[in-house]
Amino acid sequence: MTQLPLPLPPYARALDMAIVDELDGAPVIGMPFTDRVQGRPNFLHGGAISGLLEIAAIAAIHQALRAKGSDAAIKQVNVTVDFMRGGMSQMTFAVGEVTRLGRTMANVEARAWQEDRDKPIAMGYMHYLIKAKRPV
Amino acid sequence: MAFGKPDLGSIMPKGAAFDPALVNKIMGKFGHSGFLDMEYVGHGDDWVELSVDWREDLVADPETGILASAVIISLIDNATSMSIWTKLGEFRPQVTMDLRIDYLRPSPSGERVYGRGICYHLTNSIGFVRGFAHNGNPDEPLAHASGTFIRIGDRV
Repeated sequence: MTQLPLPLPPYARALDMAIVDELDGAPVIGMPFTDRVQGRPNFLHGGAISGLLEIAAIAAIHQALRAKGSDAAIKQVNVTVDFMRGGMSQMTFAVGEVTRLGRTMANVEARAWQEDRDKPIAMGYMHYLIKAKRPV
Repeated sequence: MAFGKPDLGSIMPKGAAFDPALVNKIMGKFGHSGFLDMEYVGHGDDWVELSVDWREDLVADPETGILASAVIISLIDNATSMSIWTKLGEFRPQVTMDLRIDYLRPSPSGERVYGRGICYHLTNSIGFVRGFAHNGNPDEPLAHASGTFIRIGDRV
């Protein structure tokens, strides 16, 4: 099981997200279907899917930074979410992939799926600013 | 709590103009929008503004108290979606195809965030939207958004 450098943030805990697995070194985040993530009846709200993608992206980038021995902070610049399939009333998973980690910015792709990882319900594409912590 | 099942097709009387304030009273109190406690702020011919108050359990970074990015996405998703129905004058089933958000600055800890959705073009199948988020002064936006919705099924 992945050791995350931090507990999941309050927003993730409020939606019952948890680290359930690991994929290529990145934490897989699971989110159960509850009323709190529901949009139109019996479907996930797009915002909740986006939230799962965001948490997976943040977890992946923290993992990648830690692997480099960096304690830099991150700041999100933007995000594009493609909604590909309706999210059904069941468990949803997401994992982030840091496609590029530079000194000043990072590109992250996050994928959310339900039964089959090859059939994503949504993809998120994020840019983060990397902010190195100043020496004390 | 049992899952709320708002059926917008039955809420809006046939032939009645789409009323975002009324719809948010129902849509904003169920499911994810209810969790965020989304409130109706105002609307025009082609726009709808909603808001969400800052809350500790919506924070993504406990050190700074900055709201999760997805709170803004949910807000913009709902506001832009409703802006289409408002411009159209009636409810029709649709889903979000994509949404992009640029964060000009973080939403400060403790501050209510407002999201305005604007429908700038409609075709038979696609609603083109843009939007922005702010903390009370629309001239000082914290995020800009653009996206598309696709119509599903038949007109109600």
